[in-house]
Amino acid sequence: MTEYVIRFLVGGAVVSAFAMLGDLLRPKSFAGLFGAAPSVALATLGIAVYQHGAGYAAVQTQAMMAGAIALAIYSVVVCHLLVRAKLRAVTATLLSLVVWLIAAFGLLIVTGGQT
Amino acid sequence: MSPIRFSASSLKEGRWYEYLIRFGLGGAATVFTGLISSRYGAFIGGLFLALPAIFCASATLIEKHEIRRKREAGLSGERRGQMAAAVDSAGAALGAIGMLAFAIVFSLTAETTVATAFMGASFAWLVISVAAWYLRRKTRSARRVQAEHGSGSAMRRSG
Repeated sequence: MTEYVIRFLVGGAVVSAFAMLGDLLRPKSFAGLFGAAPSVALATLGIAVYQHGAGYAAVQTQAMMAGAIALAIYSVVVCHLLVRAKLRAVTATLLSLVVWLIAAFGLLIVTGGQT
Repeated sequence: MSPIRFSASSLKEGRWYEYLIRFGLGGAATVFTGLISSRYGAFIGGLFLALPAIFCASATLIEKHEIRRKREAGLSGERRGQMAAAVDSAGAALGAIGMLAFAIVFSLTAETTVATAFMGASFAWLVISVAAWYLRRKTRSARRVQAEHGSGSAMRRSG
């Protein structure tokens, strides 16, 4: 239980720090880079190294590569849904989560888990 | 081309509960990744290190702030809000390339020195993201100049 409380606090703090940095920066397209900052990754990998060692964290980052490619695809889809389909941000970002899941697991299957 | 700068005014636009939502979502995403890793293993859990859970909240807040700003000026602002969120998501697509660089550098260096792996991966994220953003911006402005030049010479020919 304590482990998950620590995870929650560390993750919340790191994500908030990156989000605030993104809020402070202009132009908006540059600030958008912080929307894809590895904030959850930094918090999770830090805990993973402490609990299981560097090898475990290295395995996690191998799969993270597929997740990052899926995130790029997801962001482009969200952008198109907002501009062309004129959806609201909450609808576009939540609907596109399906795209992220398909792309991420699809890449894992295609590469045979060898990302 | 507007330069990169800090704008403290945007922090004033945020409400306290919006920061609380982000904190909660960030914490929840980290707990979720931990749960997935312990249930399905490190490899599947690692996939969720790039889950765009926070991005949903960020894009929605950007849209909300833009709409609020336009409403205060007596305009509807919904389209402007959508466009602001779209610009943010275009930036996130470039940031994702940086995140890929982060993952590659970390996986290659993790078993040498952990501190080096964290610093090297973070540095790779920053450099690659900023370089991708800068390249995109240069390409777009060059295309815009070319288009303006083209339409200018067409107008001169028709005149």
